[in-house]
Amino acid sequence: MLLPVIALIAAFVIGSILISVSGANAWDAYLLLIEGAVGSPFALFETFIKMTPLCLTGLAVAIAFKANFWNIGAEGQLYFAALVAALLGIVPGLPAFIHIPIIIIGGFIAGGLWAMLPAFLKVRFRVDDVVTTLMLNYVMIFAIQGILDGYWRDKASGWPHSPEVLLTARYPQLLPESRFHLGFFVAIICAVLVYLLLRYTTLGYRLRATGLNPKAAAFGGINVKKTILIVAFISGGLAGLAGVGEVIGMQYYLVDGISRSYGYAGIAVALLANLNPLGVIFSSFFFAAIFTGSQMMSRYTGVPVYFSDFMQGLTLIVMLIALLFSKYSVRIRRS
Amino acid sequence: MEDRKKPLLEMKDISKTFLDVVALKNVSLRVNEKEILGILGENGAGKSTLMNILYGYYRADSGQILINGKPAALNAPFDAIGNGIGMVHQHFNLVEHHTVLENIILGSRRDSRHGRINFRKAEQTIRDLCIEYNLEINPRAYVWQLSVGEKQRIEILKALYRKVQVLILDEPTAVLTPQEVDGLFLTLKNMVETGLSVIFISHKLNEVMAVTNRVVILRQGEVIAEKNTQDTTLQELAQAMIGDEKVYSLECPPFNYTGMSLQIRKLTIKNDMGLLAVTDLDLEVPHGSIVGIAGVSGNGQRELAEAISGMRYIQSGTVVLDNRDITNKTPADLVKLRLARIPEDRMGFGLISDFNIAENLVLETAQLRFSKSIFLRWGSIYANASKLIKDFSIKTNRPQSLAKYLSGGNIQKMLLAREMSLDPNMIVASQPTRGLDINSTNYIHFLFTELKKRGASVLMISEDLDEILLICDFLYVMYQGKMMGHFRACDVSKMEVGLLMAGSTTPTAG
Repeated sequence: MLLPVIALIAAFVIGSILISVSGANAWDAYLLLIEGAVGSPFALFETFIKMTPLCLTGLAVAIAFKANFWNIGAEGQLYFAALVAALLGIVPGLPAFIHIPIIIIGGFIAGGLWAMLPAFLKVRFRVDDVVTTLMLNYVMIFAIQGILDGYWRDKASGWPHSPEVLLTARYPQLLPESRFHLGFFVAIICAVLVYLLLRYTTLGYRLRATGLNPKAAAFGGINVKKTILIVAFISGGLAGLAGVGEVIGMQYYLVDGISRSYGYAGIAVALLANLNPLGVIFSSFFFAAIFTGSQMMSRYTGVPVYFSDFMQGLTLIVMLIALLFSKYSVRIRRS
Repeated sequence: MEDRKKPLLEMKDISKTFLDVVALKNVSLRVNEKEILGILGENGAGKSTLMNILYGYYRADSGQILINGKPAALNAPFDAIGNGIGMVHQHFNLVEHHTVLENIILGSRRDSRHGRINFRKAEQTIRDLCIEYNLEINPRAYVWQLSVGEKQRIEILKALYRKVQVLILDEPTAVLTPQEVDGLFLTLKNMVETGLSVIFISHKLNEVMAVTNRVVILRQGEVIAEKNTQDTTLQELAQAMIGDEKVYSLECPPFNYTGMSLQIRKLTIKNDMGLLAVTDLDLEVPHGSIVGIAGVSGNGQRELAEAISGMRYIQSGTVVLDNRDITNKTPADLVKLRLARIPEDRMGFGLISDFNIAENLVLETAQLRFSKSIFLRWGSIYANASKLIKDFSIKTNRPQSLAKYLSGGNIQKMLLAREMSLDPNMIVASQPTRGLDINSTNYIHFLFTELKKRGASVLMISEDLDEILLICDFLYVMYQGKMMGHFRACDVSKMEVGLLMAGSTTPTAG
């Protein structure tokens, strides 16, 4: 528990160096950051909106990493599910309370299947999952770009995006003056479900055992291969829900750039939370807050707006270093 | 063959203790110039520990090392090499993707100046060494292309390149074919003629007799005897290695056969390197008996145990448990058939160190007995843990503490508790008491005999011959993947077993 906090403090200290280099006062800048993130109800809900996809991809990565399945492919899984959501979203004649669940299920399955492909290669041929999940991101993203530029290019405006999803397919907006939508609660519910899965089900037990010591798990009778495939499906599905949320909750169509690298950011989110699903709620909130806050901060100081990307990467690195020091100790030996 | 010259290297009164296990006790030996000294002993005798101290990996708790009469401080292999001591380990330290040349010069400054390596000079040096010591190797070949014998030659060249005076070889023939063994011995004899000395660690009597000038026998961390090779016999060495004969005054009672628990026929298994670890092996465990497999580690026992446990592929042959064919069945199947298994590598295969004790205790049966549809029943899992901790006297604060904090003996007790809770008919245990204290060892022996009384059977693989003779009804001797002999434990001679363990197939006199 202490470790993420230490990492955050260290990251903020280092971040203040960048702020100073940009010519601003670190203290003032950080205050603006906080104000921009949670200083008003509007800001807070904007943060929640940004938090939604991050929470889901963070869960996807956390659950996969916990089983030693290195899912770097959340981005591609997200995109595939977004595609499916865009397709299902234009199916007419369904009432909202049927249409939305169908899209959620469809998106989950799409993301899950896309993740099972590298998992299958890992389980059957021992192909490294880091490489395959990463490469498949590009495959999916470029394929979708192709579809958007080609088949789906808007006849009128020339703008490459899918047709708008029907009204029945959209996440309801929960507040009048804000874009805050149902997807947020989908994310929170998923976090709780993942936590319950890990702690209270036999699958969670098998998953944790496979991740901690696959040899002993196999010796003990656990079907390690099957477990990895199931975990990949769930992981991809969660990443997929992030894509679904962006399509039917925010943009209402599929467009290139629908994801602001949420899939990759999910890795930082998961690691900062030490792979704990409830912790992911907090770490995704943190990263979202930095993002929305840095908009305001950059408006009033000279700090570039991509300060949030910088902080995201920095926090990841600092967290990894902190994890390293927690596992090893430095001993000075008199020779 | 007495020499009054100063010995090249001397180890005096070396002692080493790891936590509460005494590995070496006042071990002294000397190595003279131009000789091959054999160090003979079973596993656990202390041979590797002693040599690792000489090579600088460990530091002795007490004692001295003298090189050419002067005390030397060997704090790291770097110091050992600087003092002219080189070592060829059982597991090679080679970079497969580099060439022979690159591997040999790695870390040495011999042919470099101011940070620049003179590759041409290095290659010439190596070629000269090859001629001088009659070794054949192509310095430009890539290591992954070479045979095991050739790789070993690289390791030897590494030492020669660094101008060592004493070369230590740790069980060098374990990975060689018979032809390669002959080649190695020729190389060693050549090296000695040019002025080097060799320390040859082995458990194989034949080889020690064939290539050494003198032999030091270690048993349980102490020097038992020191002999000139040409003045001794195989039997004498075996006797020294194994220990005194225990006189069994009781008659051997006839064994009451009521059927076979385990029958293994013509089993063939490969090891991790693709070579045959077990060849055409036959084995039987009768109901209500304890059968031991004696033998020095590395003769296929690990692979055999893994194969029976469902963790290693069986190339051919059958394993039959209570009239059911279990060849190549998965661990999950074996658990359902109530075959209990204790792995040799407790931390690696046996338990999940970051799980707590309760979670480890249900590993195999989690889905069967401790779940309700997809949900775990934590209440019954912890109740089970409390009961087993009490029944098996596992020393721990509470079931929630992580398994990695348990001591060795308690880890083993935990594994046994888990396996026994299957209510097994048969237990396959690999090195069940290795590294354990007396109390834990006795407890495990007690458990096995209780199992036997109930009509279940135990197959126990152990390096400790005394243990096998103590509790087993029958014993097999395993050497290089084959069974060398099958005896009733109560009327076997320890020396006979010792000879078979060390590979000798010559008949003993008397």
